[in-house]
Amino acid sequence: MAKLTYDKQGRLLFTKEMKTEYTLLMPQMLPVTFTIMQKVFGLYGYNIDVLTTSHRGIVETGLKYVHNDTCYPALLVIGQLIEALNSGKYDKDKVGLLITQTGGGCRASNYIHLLRKALTRAGLEHIPVVSVNLSGLEKNPGFKLTIPLVRRLIAAMLYGDLIVWLKNQCLPYEVIPGVTDKLITHWIDRIVSMLSGGIGLSKKDMRKCMSEIAADFEKLELDKTHEKPRVGVVGEIYVKYAPLGNNGLEDFLLSEGCEPVVPGLTDFMLFKINNRVVDVDLYRGLRLKKFLASKFQRYIEGLQRVMIDAVKSAPGQKFRPMGSFAELRGLVRGYLGYGNKMGEGWLLTAEMLELIHTGTANIVCTQPFGCLPNHVVGKGMIRRLKDDFPESNIVAIDYDPGATKINQENRIKLMLSNAARSAEMKGSDASKASV
Amino acid sequence: MSPPTRGIMYRIGIDIGSTTVKTIVLSETDDILFRSYERHYSKTREKAAEQLKSAAELLRGKSVAVAITGSAGLGAAQSADLPFVQEVFATAEAVRRTVPDTSAVIELGGEDAKIIFFGRSLEERMNGTCAGGTGAFIDQMATLLDVTVPELDKLSARHERIYPIASRCGVFAKSDIQPILNQGGRREDLAASIFQAVVDQTLSGLVQGRELSGKIVFLGGPLTFLMGLRERFIETLELDEHTAIFPENAECFAAFGAALCADDTKAYQFEDICQKLEDSSKKIDQTGYTLTPLFRSPEEIAEFRSHHAGAAPAAVDPDTYTGDAYLGIDAGSTTTKLALITPEGGILHSFYGSNKGNPVSILLRELRTIYDKFGDRITIRGSAATGYGEALIKSAFNLDLGLVETMAHLRAARHFNPDVDYIIDIGGQDVKCFKIRNGAVDSIMLNEACSSGCGSFIETFANAMGYAIADFANLGLLAEAPSDLGSRCTVFMNSSVKQAQKEGAGVDAISAGLSISVVKNAVYKVVRATGPQDLGRNIVVQGGTFLNDAVLRAFESELGVAVTRPAISELMGAYGAALTALDLPPENPGLIDFAALESFVHEAKPSVCRLCTNNCSLTINTFSGGRRHISGNRCSKPLGGEKSSGLPNLIKYKYEKLRAMNGCGQGDGTRGKIGIPFGLNMFETMPFWFEFFTRLNFEVVLSEESSRALYLRGQRTIPSDTVCYPAKLMHGQIESLLDMGVDTIFLPCMPYNFDEGLGDNNYNCPVAAYYPELLAANMPRLESARFLAPYFGLHKKKGFMTKAAEYFNAEFNIPKHETKSAARHAYAAYESYIADIEAEAARYIDFARANSKQIIVIAGRPYHTDPEINHGIDELITSLGLVLITEDAVSRKMGYSPRKVLNQWTYQARMYNAARFVIEQPDMQMVQLVSFGCGTDAITTDELRDILESGGKLYTQLKIDDISNLGAAKIRLRSLVAATGG
Repeated sequence: MAKLTYDKQGRLLFTKEMKTEYTLLMPQMLPVTFTIMQKVFGLYGYNIDVLTTSHRGIVETGLKYVHNDTCYPALLVIGQLIEALNSGKYDKDKVGLLITQTGGGCRASNYIHLLRKALTRAGLEHIPVVSVNLSGLEKNPGFKLTIPLVRRLIAAMLYGDLIVWLKNQCLPYEVIPGVTDKLITHWIDRIVSMLSGGIGLSKKDMRKCMSEIAADFEKLELDKTHEKPRVGVVGEIYVKYAPLGNNGLEDFLLSEGCEPVVPGLTDFMLFKINNRVVDVDLYRGLRLKKFLASKFQRYIEGLQRVMIDAVKSAPGQKFRPMGSFAELRGLVRGYLGYGNKMGEGWLLTAEMLELIHTGTANIVCTQPFGCLPNHVVGKGMIRRLKDDFPESNIVAIDYDPGATKINQENRIKLMLSNAARSAEMKGSDASKASV
Repeated sequence: MSPPTRGIMYRIGIDIGSTTVKTIVLSETDDILFRSYERHYSKTREKAAEQLKSAAELLRGKSVAVAITGSAGLGAAQSADLPFVQEVFATAEAVRRTVPDTSAVIELGGEDAKIIFFGRSLEERMNGTCAGGTGAFIDQMATLLDVTVPELDKLSARHERIYPIASRCGVFAKSDIQPILNQGGRREDLAASIFQAVVDQTLSGLVQGRELSGKIVFLGGPLTFLMGLRERFIETLELDEHTAIFPENAECFAAFGAALCADDTKAYQFEDICQKLEDSSKKIDQTGYTLTPLFRSPEEIAEFRSHHAGAAPAAVDPDTYTGDAYLGIDAGSTTTKLALITPEGGILHSFYGSNKGNPVSILLRELRTIYDKFGDRITIRGSAATGYGEALIKSAFNLDLGLVETMAHLRAARHFNPDVDYIIDIGGQDVKCFKIRNGAVDSIMLNEACSSGCGSFIETFANAMGYAIADFANLGLLAEAPSDLGSRCTVFMNSSVKQAQKEGAGVDAISAGLSISVVKNAVYKVVRATGPQDLGRNIVVQGGTFLNDAVLRAFESELGVAVTRPAISELMGAYGAALTALDLPPENPGLIDFAALESFVHEAKPSVCRLCTNNCSLTINTFSGGRRHISGNRCSKPLGGEKSSGLPNLIKYKYEKLRAMNGCGQGDGTRGKIGIPFGLNMFETMPFWFEFFTRLNFEVVLSEESSRALYLRGQRTIPSDTVCYPAKLMHGQIESLLDMGVDTIFLPCMPYNFDEGLGDNNYNCPVAAYYPELLAANMPRLESARFLAPYFGLHKKKGFMTKAAEYFNAEFNIPKHETKSAARHAYAAYESYIADIEAEAARYIDFARANSKQIIVIAGRPYHTDPEINHGIDELITSLGLVLITEDAVSRKMGYSPRKVLNQWTYQARMYNAARFVIEQPDMQMVQLVSFGCGTDAITTDELRDILESGGKLYTQLKIDDISNLGAAKIRLRSLVAATGG
């Protein structure tokens, strides 16, 4: 075990010595993106293991160590980490934990603190916890988000979003099962080797590489004679993406013969950065802060444009492109203020609007049971959306340790039956009109 | 309309629901040729196959079309490879066919509630995971009242009044009903109130802002069979015989719709379908997660039982005993317990049984039995009562003493294990755990209304599956693979059971699973333990539920410790009361004698207290000899004679001060009226806004005082039924302003609150911050009003002045300098309000110290000042002889200190600081108020507990919701007083 050192507040630090000796465990959320990120961290000397466990024991462990009324993602993430520590797979003296920290008025900002409390209760307080954040919270001598590393992580996020976006448009239609996944594995490896050589980071490199990716996906043999109903997935970020959190929602939608449409992580990142700009606009504050945040936002927005262009300008024009952050922001005007920033804030409603505007009116809005921001931005906006867009067909699904998969799936099936019926009615209207 | 049938003459719809199976066979012309409706007792697929086969005469050798529907139908259809139709969708299809001009359908099933809106676009809603209730709920309530469901229906016809019963979920309603029952409320009234709760739940949970008008079709078993429930719906929705439609075959509509939806291009041989269904019932889905068995062999059971035979009371022969005796009665929530003991603690007579909704008559019978049996052989020297019905029983039979149940249990536990340091009691309705330190009750944990899936829950389930509780429990002992049913509330467990059944789990697996769930619920939800070290070394378990060996075994294996279970585990409360009576001075025992018992009369009359705006529902009990007992009151006013305690109460002071903030103030009101919905943040910022608007010459109009009626006025526009009650009340507050004709309403969005420097940030919680935007999107009446919900940040004074100046200039054309000046005054007014509260609190503390009173610091949110939110807990506290102040009055006495959690909300930071202050004051205790559904308090509660316990103080938490049941609060507060000697 490395020597344990603490900061002034008594927080256990992740030291340089630990960096060389320790494995950092990190919960899975976005399978493609996190796999790239894990390898990027590897390039900088971090030995990271992304946990992919998904059995019931995780929930049991979570229930044991986390206040049961805390949000479900905290319970799962902490349960997954502690269960892994106790699984015997890792040397408890040579392992640390990595967890993201967003900050903001939602109770989710407390995950890292709840994790530490849980570690203490489990008698594992000697295990260091590293916070990954862009706000300069909780510094560690052995873990530094240097600018080259951050640039690569951002690139990983964009490449990940692009691949997942294209994957969702291919997987439901693939003729030879498994080809899409094979292509994804191929590209993950290529991207990582490029990033290690410093390639694929500049706008120019990205444009080239992303166009290649789009072209490769276009080459997949797809059977689109029957267009499948598209179903959008929005919600609290963890249960929206993580199969462990949403009981394999994307797989379920695929098995029901749907095409899932899952807005990417880039918009969430931009949303969080933009919040800082908006704060200064709304309440006044340091102009320098606003200046820096705006600059960072513009940088990522530029890369997002490259990604969208790559989809738009692919030779076969086979894929629907994603919307830009600026478009999303425009859509939500009149529904919520830009000051609505806790959790997914206005972004969640904006994503529902974008889905509806781009012809994906069937939406699953996922949230942990009792999620505070989603009372307002999720469930609270569905009625308005229904009034304004009668074709919208949104179902809100709660996730929680006691909620059963069968009830969730039954509710989603109702939404899908509705979708099928309106498609049928539209079809019969159209045939009437053509007579 | 239908395509050519290609030789198919019959279409079959099978609806496999949570409790029943329904089958419908349709002819080519959609006539019903066959229908069947039966309970499946969890044998879903067998029953479906059996039911279908009973139509063999009609269908033998025929080519048919089929569709399966229903909540348990999905798994069956998948496994049998037959077509599936979602049940709400099927129902809609059936309604379109039979009642074409329907505007909405309300369907209640065994466990589901649905509303389908027809019209411009079809909209269907099902109950969320939290909103259980409905058929299973009614079954459970009937069990509680010890009647059958048809009897419940008959009772409801004779109701005189409706009690308000929480409508969110079954468990809540239960904790509302229980006290009314125990306090002698009429069962007729309760029956109707239960139906009303179902109606309220359906409306609040599913209507969500849409108008229910026009023709409404009612479907499903409960609405077919229960006239009382129908009546409640008709009355609440103001329907008549033309608009309330109860169609024929209403209980089979989903099956009917499924038959209509059956794809007649896909033909099956009738026999094939039967075969497929039968085969599927044999397939056991391996995906379910199962648990370790409780026992592996009958020998293990025998060994376990002999180990637990040890702890028993002193032996005595009741048939020959002569001498003194002591009586203890525990009038619990579902059961009544009685113990008559010798001075040595031997049991002369005992009783344990359901109180059948009327504990007085049960005890009357028991006392007569005692007098008959023992005659002059014994002299009852002392008597005591405890439990929920303590006060009622004490006055009914003139007992010597009433004591809080924690004390009774401690007394009894110590009798069996003098070193006891931990007691856990699982009763029919509640879980109670307490730590014992230095001979006193140190910390108490009670289950909150949400997790009470306790003993009575297993019983209800056993009955629903057709078993007696003892047989059902025994079935589980040797189950090889107990089902994992989760550890949350009843409603969740119901659907877990459904899932387990779908996966083919047998009754034994479910029985064992339920016992394990009850234990996990108690250990992880209530005790919040990670292992035995969190409890104690000498654990005594008790309560009726622990008589169940499966539960006891599950408890021992979950925690990995051996515990003491007294042989009279179910009687411990009564036993403890009797032991306490033994300690009383021996003169003048009060218990009424044999002669008085003969002429005993008990009458219970409902009434409503009009002495204040709370309008508590009272039950007035009168007994022979002129003894009276009034229950349901929150304060002592209706008891006559004794005035309210008059002890200092800062909540009351704050409330009166804030409510007075309306009118024109120093201004002239020339800019017109501005309405303020008086809730959430306004309980903190009202002094600011009142000064601000009156300086700008607005007339400030506050919404009406909160009440349940006000809540109901806005209930239908609440989109999320799991949000906290303070937020839900906002809908009623907006309605009240609009009803007053105020059409300019101000409610700012405030992600940030004042920065008091006590925490790491100064946020509001997401709900309080953004609720105005939710109101704007969900309250149709606001569209025609002027609803002002700008983003403001009061924490940045300069920024606010600039932003507000711009905003009010744009909205009202107010010159910017005027707004800025008003803002300066507003900040000053807020400062002086805070100073005033602190000064008032200082006076209260001085008063308490001068008069040697204990001081309670209530830690909550500013809006917990609202009497409709705190349900009069403040009055209850002062009535116990305590002085009450609030956290905001003492939080600034301490500076910033880092916490183990992210301390980022202004109000929550005050609580931590106040707790740090309290631990330095020997005469202060803290009580935390937690609104049900408050996400931030999932974080604060553990932190507050840590702070208080680090200073040797007790942590007491009171959870509050729309229910006004102060029973649990009373137990906690009285135990707190008893433990701290206040």
